[in-house]
Amino acid sequence: MTRELGFAQAINEALDLCLANDPAVYVVGLGVPDPKGIFGTTLGLQQKYGSDRVMDMPTSEGGMTGVAIGSALVGMRPIMTHQRVDFALLAIEQIVNQAAKWHYMFGGKMRVPLVIRMIVGRGWGQGPQHSQSLQAWFAHVPGLKVVMPATPYDAKGLLIASVEDDSPVIFIEHRWLHNIVGHVPEGLYRVPIGEARVVREGRDLTIVAMSYMTLEALRAAELLRADGVEAEIVDVRTVRPLDEALILASVRKTGRAVALDTSWKTAGFAAEIVARIAEEVFADLKAPPRRAALPECPTPTTPALANRYYPRAADIAAAARELLGVAPDGALAVPATGLPLDVPDPSFTGPF
Amino acid sequence: MNAETLGELFYAMLRIRLVEERIAELYAEQEMRCPVHLCIGQEAVAVGVCANLSPDDYVLSGHRSHGHYLAKGGNLKTMLAELYGKVTGCAQGKGGSMHLVDLAVGFLGAAPIVGSTIPIAVGAAFGSALRGERRVAVAFFGEGATEEGIFHESLNFAAMKKLPVVFVCENNLYSVYSPLSVRQPAERDLMAIAAGHGVAAERGDGNDVAVVYALAGEAAARARQGGGPTLLELTTYRWREHCGPLYDNDLGYRSEAEFEGWRQRCPVAHAERTLGARGALDEAEIARMHAAIAAEIDDAVAFAKTSPFPKPSALLEHVYAQ
Ligand SMILES: Cc1ncc(C[n+]2csc(CCOP(=O)(O)OP(=O)(O)O)c2C)c(N)n1
Ligand SMILES: [Mg+2]
Repeated sequence: MTRELGFAQAINEALDLCLANDPAVYVVGLGVPDPKGIFGTTLGLQQKYGSDRVMDMPTSEGGMTGVAIGSALVGMRPIMTHQRVDFALLAIEQIVNQAAKWHYMFGGKMRVPLVIRMIVGRGWGQGPQHSQSLQAWFAHVPGLKVVMPATPYDAKGLLIASVEDDSPVIFIEHRWLHNIVGHVPEGLYRVPIGEARVVREGRDLTIVAMSYMTLEALRAAELLRADGVEAEIVDVRTVRPLDEALILASVRKTGRAVALDTSWKTAGFAAEIVARIAEEVFADLKAPPRRAALPECPTPTTPALANRYYPRAADIAAAARELLGVAPDGALAVPATGLPLDVPDPSFTGPF
Repeated sequence: MNAETLGELFYAMLRIRLVEERIAELYAEQEMRCPVHLCIGQEAVAVGVCANLSPDDYVLSGHRSHGHYLAKGGNLKTMLAELYGKVTGCAQGKGGSMHLVDLAVGFLGAAPIVGSTIPIAVGAAFGSALRGERRVAVAFFGEGATEEGIFHESLNFAAMKKLPVVFVCENNLYSVYSPLSVRQPAERDLMAIAAGHGVAAERGDGNDVAVVYALAGEAAARARQGGGPTLLELTTYRWREHCGPLYDNDLGYRSEAEFEGWRQRCPVAHAERTLGARGALDEAEIARMHAAIAAEIDDAVAFAKTSPFPKPSALLEHVYAQ
């Protein structure tokens, strides 16, 4: 029987194993030991490892990131957690100027084995300052690695790999994944940073996804199947370094690509994917690549607008059909579930 | 404090209390689809401070801003419509509970990134000073915000320029579920931090509206006379959960006994008792106040519920100023 675990529990297990495996590892972040334990991901860890290794912190994101960097320089392996990507912005200087550069600018003399977990909020009026998905900011910077898992298996394996990596890793979790359940083996295992995965094979087009968008892509593939279209889905898993070879091999095969993003189009991850496809496999393309990402505006709070803000399976399928020049199968074009669109599943009743 | 003033402050606190309680009650209907940080238990700070301000003065706040907005004279109808995500809301539904605004009364905005509106309040004071005006700017924030570097940077600049700012720290002992003991050194005194920056500072009982009113009055007067900024630390206590309509003492991060102790020090009941003892308020008058406020809230809720949502085209509006 395969062992099933939730995404949040998989993170918790990875943290637990890393703390047990290496005395240099410590976990720090606002609310880490509190009764909610960062959406369940840090529950029980302070009881097990004590308050020197699993700790709360002052509301001082910038300063505490520097503290984490300094401790990493002298032999510790900190795992810092922010409940939203947006709060980590107070630490952008430390992350971009210091953590990302220290190894390079001192000629390789020192390393910064630091993991910074950030969570992308969504739904229930998270609004302009609690829902941003800024992976492109971090992925822009040489010296940082950026990881965005979609499954509980990858969450655990990639987090362990991130903690064991000697460079700073930005580990981005999507709030709508914390409750999903999937196969997770026991014990320590690694999913290598920088390796993408073909989640679904198909001949007609390639959908390049990451994090939560991988789930929307799978739903889109089901919609497309009803039209006789077989989509191949690549979950990049790591945004930087990007597994270009696997993405390009898939596009070479299908000749068509839709790149997805949890963030905005302009200067974003999907733009990067389309650029690489255009540069490397232009001759194999049967149609221009497309992007499905956020419209160019901040996240509105009202559900009336937020419901029109996020690309969903139907939008991805529509982009794919446009590429292929197929008319939608009317019956499946709009999945009218009647469920609210601003929560990941009906068990959510706010306020997050 | 004379009975008339205290009566007005009492009414303003009671109104905030009843608005927050109504929000808590209606939240279960799941029509307000945004996070709400209620200020029940902390009403005296908002009311005591804002009673010293005129509509020309500026107020900025953070995530727990309902009381500050209402005390400054913010429109109740547009506030509730904002929580319901309606186009008639004070931010046309784009902001929700964490982004209230009412420019007509100088409520310049609220934003929930801890500490982030403190320098913006300093900037409002700076801008108005540059324009030769004499407006006071108030920044409301929790004690968690004093841990952010930007708080100290703000004090430094305000002191250097002798800006008319009142920094109002509501010390309610917790940041979400984290007690002060894991966030700040035990012996460290916020008053000394302010003094180190050259900012006048006072500490007081944030649950006694007369105390708050007096301290804020001095601070506002100093600001208006060109005496520079003041930091007020007002001790108080949040009754409900950090975010949401319920109680959360069962989680174990604070004790029921601690909560009970603070509930005994209810700022609204305290003012009510004081007025009663002076013969300035009787049961009938209290009942009339409750009825008047309830009617006002009924009206505002009906307005919010029956208002339309923004049109889809609103999504891409307001990204840039036209
Ligand atoms: C920069 C930043 N870090 C973390 C958060 C998450 N957060 C939201 S409210 C809050 C509590 C802040 O406590 P305090 O300032 O004391 O205000 P209170 O909630 O007690 O009124 C925290 C940590 C945030 N919004 N912004
Ligand atoms: Mg507090």
